[in-house]
Amino acid sequence: MNSDTAATDLVGRGNREGAALFRDWFEELNETAASGGQAAYVFVMGSINEILKSFDLPVVFPEINSLQTAVRRVSQEYLEEAEDHGYSPDICGYVKADVAVQLRGGEHPMGQIPPPALAVLTNACNTYIKWAEIWERMYGCPTFTIDVPGTREAGGQTWPGDSDFEADRKYVEVQLHELINVCQAVTGRKFDIDKFREVLTHANTMSRSWNRILELNRAKPALFSALTDGTIFLGVANGFRGTEAGARYFERLVEEMEYKAANGIGTAIEEKYRLLFVGVPCYPIFRRFNELFTDWGGTFVNSTYLWFASGGTNRGFEYDLQDPIASLAEGVLVSVRDAMDAMFHQNEVLVDMVEEFGADGVIYHPIKSCRTVSTGLADGRRYLTKERDIPTLFIESDMMDPRVVSEAQMKNRIDAFFEGLASRRRLAGTKG
Amino acid sequence: MTVTATRVFPEWRDKSLDDALLECRDLVESAEFETVARWRESGGMVAGLFQVYFPEEIVHAAGMLPFKMRGAPLEPDQADSHFGSYLCSILKTSLELVLSERVELDVFFSHPICDAARNLAAIWGRNYDHPSQIVYLPQNPNSAGSIDYLRHEYDRVRRVIERVSGRKIGDDDLRRSIDVFNENRRLMRELYEIKSETPWLVAAEDAYALVALAGMMPRQEHNEVLATLLPMIRERSTKPEDRIRLVFEGGFCEQPPFDLIRMLGRTSYVVDDDFLIGLRWITSDVPTEGDPLRNLAEAYVERSTYSPVQHDLRKPKEEMLLERIRQSRAEAAIIAAAKMCEPGLEEQVAYTHALDAAGISYFVSEFEENMSSFDQLELQLETFVENLLFA
Repeated sequence: MNSDTAATDLVGRGNREGAALFRDWFEELNETAASGGQAAYVFVMGSINEILKSFDLPVVFPEINSLQTAVRRVSQEYLEEAEDHGYSPDICGYVKADVAVQLRGGEHPMGQIPPPALAVLTNACNTYIKWAEIWERMYGCPTFTIDVPGTREAGGQTWPGDSDFEADRKYVEVQLHELINVCQAVTGRKFDIDKFREVLTHANTMSRSWNRILELNRAKPALFSALTDGTIFLGVANGFRGTEAGARYFERLVEEMEYKAANGIGTAIEEKYRLLFVGVPCYPIFRRFNELFTDWGGTFVNSTYLWFASGGTNRGFEYDLQDPIASLAEGVLVSVRDAMDAMFHQNEVLVDMVEEFGADGVIYHPIKSCRTVSTGLADGRRYLTKERDIPTLFIESDMMDPRVVSEAQMKNRIDAFFEGLASRRRLAGTKG
Repeated sequence: MTVTATRVFPEWRDKSLDDALLECRDLVESAEFETVARWRESGGMVAGLFQVYFPEEIVHAAGMLPFKMRGAPLEPDQADSHFGSYLCSILKTSLELVLSERVELDVFFSHPICDAARNLAAIWGRNYDHPSQIVYLPQNPNSAGSIDYLRHEYDRVRRVIERVSGRKIGDDDLRRSIDVFNENRRLMRELYEIKSETPWLVAAEDAYALVALAGMMPRQEHNEVLATLLPMIRERSTKPEDRIRLVFEGGFCEQPPFDLIRMLGRTSYVVDDDFLIGLRWITSDVPTEGDPLRNLAEAYVERSTYSPVQHDLRKPKEEMLLERIRQSRAEAAIIAAAKMCEPGLEEQVAYTHALDAAGISYFVSEFEENMSSFDQLELQLETFVENLLFA
């Protein structure tokens, strides 16, 4: 393959293949809904796909369904339908859009969503628990909470061998065994440990690759936008975790990124400023939101979203196939805890990330819908600006509700931020 | 005088019942938490325990004051810049209490009760040097592993408290504290029995104040207050009036303004509620024989009430509410939620649908601890009550 062909084939392949996999995934859900088959509802921060895929259960991620209504600019009608049903304007928009999907019998812009035969959730977000209670009431389906104890105090993470860690790990392991029993009861199938090992092998490939991809984006220019391209990668990381297709996709994505790194190929824009993103994207104006930064040459080189919305897959934890359930318990504990740390204690990693990724600025985007992600951001920003001399921008809007997204106001603040960055750079040049 | 023998609230003593209750109300209504300051002045240490439930016995056993952080009716002038928009008030006013130096803590604990509260320990930790932690109460109490896990988590808390207080906490210390808290739980149950059986004897705001005191003074002293005043309340000669019996639901975390509770008391009999439910979470005595930490863990999981912030397959919240209404023979319910409180607002939907199905009247409302004008709300509530009375 000559270099021109390689560039044509490789560059952008991850986005093309990711979109195709997404279509396949929703097609599978469509078929499941049409045939009356079983599906499991799960969440991005700890889907426990490793167990569900070993029972061949199609997985529905209501968070992804909801954000798709926003990207496709129909979220408001879904939100209003849930509000008419009694849900407050002040609660999570993801929950409300999903309630409307369920009230519509699964009707969604990307296809038909099957009802849950089972819901599996972690406590990484408390709203997951309240959300699953809604399905319990609607469908009477089993819901299973995998309770994952998180970091008790900043910097206080414990590790294997420590009695506190082992107590947490044991608790998670007991719950995983209980979940397997629930899956057997729901599906009528026996748990197959060999199939489970196969699923874990695919998950290991994905974790290793995801970790590598994030690391590769330290390249200058950045190889992908953590905001836009990263969201596609995240979709595959969640929907296809533990599958051969998912593992293959990520191996090929590493290949693409390594090629781009070796050849100095960045994103579609000329990179002038390297930015870190903290929060959740503004999906109601997703493309435009990104353009407000790229128009100034701003590229998002990393984000806390790529960490927590992958359920901590970024850690690259690999399961030990000799003792698979105990190892899954450890992996879930370490990874989901890391996802929670990316929200509650993100200030500490950002301090290092600023250096490692050569960031010029940090964009905080707290949103009305998500208190898990947003509550600590103002205080975290205070911490970061004390620790590092780096410009930050704090803009509030929402991930779902166009009624609280003011593009004009946002643009004014973003423009002013970049003018500040430009002037800072000029000043540094003068001094230098 | 030892710290544990310290009394921080002498004002109510040797007074008539009405005057004693007035002192209790004044103390609870104030945003100054004078009793905590008095405790510190006597050399005591303070653990700030954010809503909803915390095993206070562990803190008590170390001779520290377990201080229930339930927000306060004040403006979060300094705390505001630490938070963004769209958040409940209690987060901000709890932090304001320490930023404004009204309250000084030696350790702070939050819980995974909601997405906002989980962030609080991290925020605290970035601003204070003392330990600021989350206690991970089990969110899968239906798992066979939950009690073992929680026993270990309580042991971890014991180690933290030992480090902070500089005092070893032995099992016998814990048993003595469990005894004190068992007595407190018994007295609280007695207060709620009076509210339910003879609500004309105790005004809603007085009952609320008597409970809230528990979170701001040594529990032995609170036991003295209740043990003295409850018999006096029972002896009152107040006659029953033709009022609607109401259950108030929605006070599990952020507290409604005291004046709102007073207004409810003027309009109706509040025969049961979930105000400060964490102080009344465990519903029966905790055994003192055997392993005290396991007993506390077992009580949390097996012998406890309900709230929107605990998911337990055995306790569907709407069925628990219907049971609360049946038990207290209430005729209607106030289904309230603090503004921006995700779990409270979400639960309102399930509650109202269940009440509709059961044919029980209800009034839905939102509140904020700092709200000061109730004219509109009072008018709405009076209309609701009148509709029921004259239906």
